[in-house]
Amino acid sequence: MLDTKIAQRLPADKLKEIAKRCRIDILEMLEKAASGHPGGSLSCIDLIVALFFHEMKLDPKEPLWENRDRFILSKGHGVPSLYAVLAYLDIIPRSELATLRRINSRIQGHPDRVMLPIVEASTGSLGQGLSIAQGIALGLKLQKKESRVFCLMGDGETQEGQVWEAALSAPKYKLNNLVVFIDNNNGQIDGHVTEVMDLRPLTDKWRAFRWAVQEIDGHDFNQIIGALEKARLETEKPTLIVAKTVKGKGVSFMENAIGWHGVTPNKEQLQQALIEINGGLKS
Amino acid sequence: MSTPNTPSNLKDKATRDSFGEVIKELGKEFPKIVVLDADLSCSTKSILFAKAFPDRFFQMGIAEANMVGTAAGLSFTGYIPFCCSFGAFVAGRYETIRVSVGYSKANVKIVGTHSGLGIGEDGYTQMGLEDINVMRGLPGMIILNPSDDATTRAAVRFAATHEGPVYLRLTRQKLPALHQETDFQMGRGMVLVEGKELALVGTGSTVTECLKASQSLTQFNPWVVDIHTIKPIDKALIKTLARNCKLIVSAEDHNIVGGLGTAIAEVLAEEGWSGKLVRLGVQDTYGESGLADELYEKYGFSAGKITKKVMSLLG
Repeated sequence: MLDTKIAQRLPADKLKEIAKRCRIDILEMLEKAASGHPGGSLSCIDLIVALFFHEMKLDPKEPLWENRDRFILSKGHGVPSLYAVLAYLDIIPRSELATLRRINSRIQGHPDRVMLPIVEASTGSLGQGLSIAQGIALGLKLQKKESRVFCLMGDGETQEGQVWEAALSAPKYKLNNLVVFIDNNNGQIDGHVTEVMDLRPLTDKWRAFRWAVQEIDGHDFNQIIGALEKARLETEKPTLIVAKTVKGKGVSFMENAIGWHGVTPNKEQLQQALIEINGGLKS
Repeated sequence: MSTPNTPSNLKDKATRDSFGEVIKELGKEFPKIVVLDADLSCSTKSILFAKAFPDRFFQMGIAEANMVGTAAGLSFTGYIPFCCSFGAFVAGRYETIRVSVGYSKANVKIVGTHSGLGIGEDGYTQMGLEDINVMRGLPGMIILNPSDDATTRAAVRFAATHEGPVYLRLTRQKLPALHQETDFQMGRGMVLVEGKELALVGTGSTVTECLKASQSLTQFNPWVVDIHTIKPIDKALIKTLARNCKLIVSAEDHNIVGGLGTAIAEVLAEEGWSGKLVRLGVQDTYGESGLADELYEKYGFSAGKITKKVMSLLG
């Protein structure tokens, strides 16, 4: 049973186990929904698992506890990952995952904070989550609360101009309570990010905007934990972590295949994927 | 029915000035009010709040989308954010307003000053001429376009106490006093003059034009009505006008597409009215530079042009 009202601080090997379970849930819910985004869900799941089971102060029994840390999934299409984590925490019933993208379900195709408040922000129109996360971080500071705000953006998403408006303003307000991941899987709908609209040099850009910048392997839990520990020590700057990830991570035929951005597995493909994840054929 | 003030107590004031004064007053009363601006605080008058409550004022620079999104985030921690810019600029960040504020039911108050041709010399790019239209498309968005100091004060107070998104549309130019603050009710139009078979319906700066026009049209006993809340529109009052009138003239400093005239037309059409509606305002064109009075004349919704239009139809 998970502790309440504190960060769980689970170790890397435990996080890996949880991420495995979540990957299975993601693939099963997407197969059932027959629409959605497997590639970008599998690339960011390790980051979200590390946040919820290691870093964030939360209470699964009281999800909207006022002193919780907040998580904003700015790349809203990756939401099967968040639903899988919420189901693992029993914040939503596991049975509800089967209703993904179905009519009258509160687990919408993209997060909806009115239907399901624990998702914190309604996202999916890319480029808006960082501004919202910044507003929450400002509000928490203004109330002198210790709570922190975590935001996850896609790399392609940062092609949106609003992201760079927020990149300018968060350092101005010294939001050291704001930690942002970029899920750097180098994939977007029309191709590789480097071809569609190259973001390089990505870390240099954020450093130039006066953020505390780190670059890690987004599937190595020790590196993710290390980066989060470092972010805790920031006294002034907001933190930006470029997490190098693999689109479709964990399923050989989905890995780095742009075609799996918005295409879901059929039953056979799902079985093959589950064998790989369960059997540990892919580490 | 509220009584029009007599000329002796007319007090000309831009509604943006009224906003600046009242938001500063409310800042004391409501510790949860925060204000954001995008480098126009001297023009939107949010500067008055900024000086009184520097810790609760956020200067976001020339970046309106981020201002709106940040306001949404602030509202999620219990604050009541007012984010201010020219109506043209802030309404132009529609996609952020649509998702981060509208769909999210964020308790954000969007203040758009410098509405309409009334700003004058600066010309089209600075004129909020389609802001009502785009805001009307968002479910749950309350749109307030007050016509004078008193109703602006009441509208700002309403926005502070209402839970949910509000768009407040204000003027750069001065407007004469027409109402008592206590007569304002969100969603309820105000009848300045009860008439017979002709109605002149204005919103914001054009209410005064309608009132002036009515004084040259006394032979027709016109109603003069102030629709300060464009959404939700006062259906009951418009139905009352429909029951009484053969001709309704709407006047707005906004494109007639999607503004006051459109909102009235929707109610009248669904009511099955047999009369005639004339929509005065910007006739689906862009604006231009000039003096406000000259522009109201050229674009056909000055008091003189309203009178002329009515005479051409009834005279």
